[in-house]
Amino acid sequence: MGVNRRKFLKIAGISTLGVVAKPAADALAVEWLDKRLGGFTIPETLLHLFHRPTGFTPGEALTAKRWAMVVNVKNCPEGCKACREVCHKVHNVPDIENPRHEIKWIWHGEYKHVFPGQKHEHIEEALKKIPFVVLCNHCQNPACVRVCPTKATFKRKHDGIVLMDMHRCIGCRFCMAACPFGARSFNWIIPWPRERAGTMPRFRKDKEPPNPEFPTRVKGVVEKCNFCAERLAKGQIPACVETCREVTKKKGMKPALVFGDLEAPDSEVRQLLRSHYTLRRKPELGTNPNVYYIV
Amino acid sequence: MYDGGKIITGIIIGLVLLAFPIWYTHGTAPPRPEVKLPVKEKQCVQPKAYMKTNHMQLLDLWRDSTVRAAKRIYISDDGRKYDMSLQNTCMSADCHAKKTEFCDQCHNYTGVVPYCWDCHIEPKEPKEKSEEKH
Repeated sequence: MGVNRRKFLKIAGISTLGVVAKPAADALAVEWLDKRLGGFTIPETLLHLFHRPTGFTPGEALTAKRWAMVVNVKNCPEGCKACREVCHKVHNVPDIENPRHEIKWIWHGEYKHVFPGQKHEHIEEALKKIPFVVLCNHCQNPACVRVCPTKATFKRKHDGIVLMDMHRCIGCRFCMAACPFGARSFNWIIPWPRERAGTMPRFRKDKEPPNPEFPTRVKGVVEKCNFCAERLAKGQIPACVETCREVTKKKGMKPALVFGDLEAPDSEVRQLLRSHYTLRRKPELGTNPNVYYIV
Repeated sequence: MYDGGKIITGIIIGLVLLAFPIWYTHGTAPPRPEVKLPVKEKQCVQPKAYMKTNHMQLLDLWRDSTVRAAKRIYISDDGRKYDMSLQNTCMSADCHAKKTEFCDQCHNYTGVVPYCWDCHIEPKEPKEKSEEKH
């Protein structure tokens, strides 16, 4: 038998409820519903009845309520690019020279570019020369996530990391237009050409094969810093922070990059924030960045 | 019918030519795919029959769980724990260390081209075979 009007209205009503309940719960901050859904929408949850993301968080994983980073720019050793090198090495980021095709997860910018709203002719001489470490800010209110039509980029509810799911990215680049920090790069060219001999390191300066622990990417997807989500799962701190610690320790300096939980009152990040004046990039835009700068 | 003979012979020749793939390859069916199973590891994450039919759904689940939900540990039905990773668990040295001897066998046979390897890195295999071919 076909669907009669009564049945149709019932189905339509239930479907509408399903679609609307999640945003409504968000708006009303209904915590129990939020917890039950575990960060997924109701249609997604229904899908999980058949296609369930089984699995458990590894025991050794580092967890936090909200991961954040503090960059103490004056501790950055002169000419040191260790953080960038190690990040791009472990995440198989190609070194593409052409600035139009370049892929960047972490890089060094000048004060006037990093804090365009704060620049003026007469800023402190030292600041003009210091390289500012720049990466994805893992905003609490990320514009990129809001515009993504496929939810390829999303914010992890449990620790606030903004991630990319390359499997879902359709390469529309809305997120790149939305991100006010230029933290996202698009793969205009094939970053790791597949050839007879395997994956070619054509765009790696060191000409070494990719890190087998991490995937590479294809042409046509957007990528960015993932706060080393894959390392956190193994109980390791982000690669840039770890390397910065080692490099600065050798030179007898304090680390320039500090990583920690912003919600834990005693974390290293919170202690630094308490005792120093800090800046965030473009706070006026309301994205609420989680990377802080001590200048 | 004008030129009936010519037309009919033409049609017959045409049909024979159209059937070329059938009579040309008759009796020479391509060899069955031969999958080499790992020597060291005896058990896959799930029973063989399940893996045969459902490995794609399982990999999809693994993908969503790791990437989106940060749940990286898989517990099989009989309680063994695995790191959900195509590159580092399925294709590890003790398991399916050679993509050409495992994945490719059936996928090539059935003409399935999954895009896993556009990004994920397949294990390194000694190049002896490809050099022989040159």
